[in-house]
Amino acid sequence: MKIAVLVKEVPDTWGDRAIDPGTKRVVRGKDMVIDEINEKAVEAALLVKEASPGSELTVVTMGPKSSLDVLRKALAMGADNAIHVVDDQLAGSDAVQTSAALAAALAPRGFDLVVAGNESTDGRTAAVPAMLSERLGLAQLTFLRTLNVTGSEVRGERMTDGGHVDVVASLPALVSVTEQIAEARYPNFKGLMAAKKKPVDTLSLADLALPSGDTGAANSWSVVDTVIPRPPREGGTIITDDGTAGTQLADFLATAKLI
Amino acid sequence: MSQVLVLVELVGGAPSAATAELLAAAALLGDPAAVLVGSADVAPELGRLGAKTVFVATLDGAEGLLVTPQVAALEAAVAAGGDVSAVLVGSSIDAREAGARLAIRIDAAYQGDVVGITAGAAGPVVTQQAFGGSFTVTAVAGRGIPVISLRPHSISGAAPAAAGQVVELDISTDSVRSTRIVARHEQAEVSARPDLKAADIVVSGGRGLGSREKFVLVEQLADVFGAAVGASRAAVDAGYTEHNSQVGQTGVTVSPNLYIALGISGAIQHRAGMQSAKTIVAINKDSSAPIFDIADFGIVGDVFTVVPQLIEAVKARRA
Repeated sequence: MKIAVLVKEVPDTWGDRAIDPGTKRVVRGKDMVIDEINEKAVEAALLVKEASPGSELTVVTMGPKSSLDVLRKALAMGADNAIHVVDDQLAGSDAVQTSAALAAALAPRGFDLVVAGNESTDGRTAAVPAMLSERLGLAQLTFLRTLNVTGSEVRGERMTDGGHVDVVASLPALVSVTEQIAEARYPNFKGLMAAKKKPVDTLSLADLALPSGDTGAANSWSVVDTVIPRPPREGGTIITDDGTAGTQLADFLATAKLI
Repeated sequence: MSQVLVLVELVGGAPSAATAELLAAAALLGDPAAVLVGSADVAPELGRLGAKTVFVATLDGAEGLLVTPQVAALEAAVAAGGDVSAVLVGSSIDAREAGARLAIRIDAAYQGDVVGITAGAAGPVVTQQAFGGSFTVTAVAGRGIPVISLRPHSISGAAPAAAGQVVELDISTDSVRSTRIVARHEQAEVSARPDLKAADIVVSGGRGLGSREKFVLVEQLADVFGAAVGASRAAVDAGYTEHNSQVGQTGVTVSPNLYIALGISGAIQHRAGMQSAKTIVAINKDSSAPIFDIADFGIVGDVFTVVPQLIEAVKARRA
């Protein structure tokens, strides 16, 4: 089976994240890490690969040169090879454009199964997996908290707002996973060493044969107009409980007309 | 006026509260037109909620297929509607994904997690929040019809009642690879507590509650306020409560009028899901907990003594 797993670098959620008011894009460069949900997607893809001998797992990203680090991380976990879509003209892509570039990279390689995280921690649009299913004509099994591939059949539990539903489809298919899917393994020393030698295929805009008039911030479908940082919250009242704090809180809520 | 399409979601056979809000938003932009997969029985109700037109797509077995029937219905409605200036979908996972796929199918823009919408000179201007409300962004569609996913409680008011004229749509999903839903494990009846995403008041608990048994304190306070119950990721990971209660970066984002954090330290991952609440109250033993940095009213103390006193005080005020 040919499996692809999608990853991306994001600003670390444990740090302060920002949008540049000039470029109107996420500030990159400090504390960029593989998105946690991507590590879980890689784990889920590795489990499928390991259960189906002879399978090949390709890790795919679109992003600047620094994204090579997140590819190496996935290779160290056990992916076999990597595709890095990198081109300055892709910078500032929105979800529609990102899905177009990823679809162009994936389509000619004929993957049986594409695995992604359900939602990145930076954009949080959670739209690219569904968009890729549409573009690639793959069955869509998204927001899965369990994943089972047997023969040509994919099954899983899809999270819904009110619980979950059991879904099933035939390969080829696209899966997105939630954070409950699996705990990601840590790469061992052997994996880290091997990752340095695994092949990384670099694709530019020309390789993808995407029309240049469709790519990058200048041609995005959704155009950001203004970016306003949230004003810092005014310092509140902090008290130490002297035995009457519950009553004082009730008074505060009543004054604020919240009760 | 141009038509603004709304993807209908039904709860117990009736249009959901989110659908009513979407129709109200549509009325701000043009003529509201509802789109649904199912039966025309709900058309009069959709008319009362503001739909001038109700596009009804019928497809055998649609309820057993994931998302693709809704995409096909929206696509057919866009074609049938003629002058369509926007498509509005809700913020449920199904609705968002139907919207995302539609955007690709009809060459349109997709704008997710929208918290505000106004009519602009060049089409709808949407307000979105980035990084859990750390930044507020406005955006317009640079090209194509915008497909917009709206969060609940983003628009106030209702649309004026309209005719709800039924237009039947012919749809098929034969040309796409489909995913079948073979079983549903969803709450049959709506919980007595409000939906976390849309609740006016949210009471959340963290690791400070100590155990699944003691987490009941959070539920007790929530019920006094008629509030939804939330939790920090630490509390969910520790098994105190269910995953769908998780508020934060990798859970639900909430912006209620009142957010009460019990035994939550306020790690940046949690704050990213609740810092746009209008009023924040925090109770925590640790005076250096970062939650106090954003609290309007903070109590350094034990939740197990402060909360019972609060419950009594609130009940006394109401008596």
